[in-house]
Amino acid sequence: MTRHRGRGMASINYPIGMNLGGDPSQALVHSNPSGKFTVALSSIDLGQGMKSVTRQICAETLGVPVEDVYVDTADSDTGPHCMGSFASRGTHRVGNAVMAAAREARGVMMEAAAEELEVNAADLETDGRGNIHVKGAPHRSISTKDVAIAAQFKQGKTISGRGIFLVPLSNVDPETGEMSPTTCYAHACLVAEVEIDDETGEVAMVRMDSAYELGRALNPRLVEQQLVGGAWMGVSHALYETPEPYYPDPVHGPRDFVEYLMPGPGDICPHDIAVLERPAPDGPFGAKGPGEMCANPVLPAVANAIFNAVGVRIDDLPITPEKVLRAIKAQGGARPQARR
Amino acid sequence: MSKIPLQFRHNGRDVAIFVDGGTNLLVALRELIGDMTPKFGCGQGGCGTCSVLVDGELHLSCLTLAETVAGRTIETLDGMKQGPNLHPLQRAFADNFAAQCGYCTPGMLMAAKALLDRNPSPSRDEVVEAISGNICRCTGYEPIINAILAAAGGRVSA
Repeated sequence: MTRHRGRGMASINYPIGMNLGGDPSQALVHSNPSGKFTVALSSIDLGQGMKSVTRQICAETLGVPVEDVYVDTADSDTGPHCMGSFASRGTHRVGNAVMAAAREARGVMMEAAAEELEVNAADLETDGRGNIHVKGAPHRSISTKDVAIAAQFKQGKTISGRGIFLVPLSNVDPETGEMSPTTCYAHACLVAEVEIDDETGEVAMVRMDSAYELGRALNPRLVEQQLVGGAWMGVSHALYETPEPYYPDPVHGPRDFVEYLMPGPGDICPHDIAVLERPAPDGPFGAKGPGEMCANPVLPAVANAIFNAVGVRIDDLPITPEKVLRAIKAQGGARPQARR
Repeated sequence: MSKIPLQFRHNGRDVAIFVDGGTNLLVALRELIGDMTPKFGCGQGGCGTCSVLVDGELHLSCLTLAETVAGRTIETLDGMKQGPNLHPLQRAFADNFAAQCGYCTPGMLMAAKALLDRNPSPSRDEVVEAISGNICRCTGYEPIINAILAAAGGRVSA
């Protein structure tokens, strides 16, 4: 028995959002008489941080503290339409819609404040701490709460805004096949190092090093969390999980977590990540989306690392010990490639 | 089948319920006591999200017959917070971004508590071993391991 180490890399271009009949999302923002704001969405946060990021985007655009914004999501009865949380589109599409809605609401808020302070709205600015004051004269100030109360009870105005962000459908040119399926791409490169036991065919992860270019990281801790966790979803697809192990034959499909394998805490390895921020021109505050791309480069990098380690090319997933072992046997033993 | 009367201590409170023979502890906790913090994941001990402490020892409540805990002490995530304050482990999970969808979190926290209660300063390998019966889909485990080590080292903002 010998253990062979190998290293493989992969780079990806990742399109943000999708192109199935246009890709829209909507948001509504309104102030409550307390001066706090509610963002109504039907977009879903399933743990990836949509609520946190849209809250930050709304607060930043309105010019109010992040604590003053509440995001109400995931009820399609009360929230405006969203295509959904997939295709890494949340931050980019929903974020842009929230930004547009917050911009409109901010316009009304500044008009209402101008009326109270008896100045021109163009002369006002927000301090980000819940106050609006005359530029250069911070003492001529009114709190967003007092503006909200005045709008509600004196002026009869709703401080509210509507936002939609739509990437229109791009049709395929019938002559050339050309199309522009998306407006914004993120990029990544990942190097995976594996160790393979040539007696069992088992592949163990040794380390990963990666670089992700994903526009502005609006919440760096959430981005890091996504990249760390998502890489293991990639490893899982590369080495462990499948609903149809003998695809297209559906037999022996897993029925539970004992048969549908995933990495456990003992299977993980060090992973160094570099995040490169190159703001996207059409993203909210320059953001793209770190969603699915965190898993994507892992699969080809692991497959390449396996080739580098034992000289076998396995082109169907997951790369189970059985497949590795059969391939090693078929070529008459492990053939480690030049170490890169 | 006749009902079996059952008494045990649940998060510092004595409870008495009637269970059908064969009822598992997870169902007893969720449906009869109303403690929804232990989650149903796989129902066969493969994922760990139903983990609870029985007399301080980590158990999979989905594989534990309710009648076997008569007179014993059950701790679940519902009893973890200390008055109005989060338990240091809960604080550490929040500070270290150790949850995304959150479905594994109750089991992870109970597994971590079982470890720290008997070994207040574990090594990284001991932490990995302690949560090895728990599956997490989102985090890649690293933030969870770091959170448990932070709680053990007292490196948690109150």
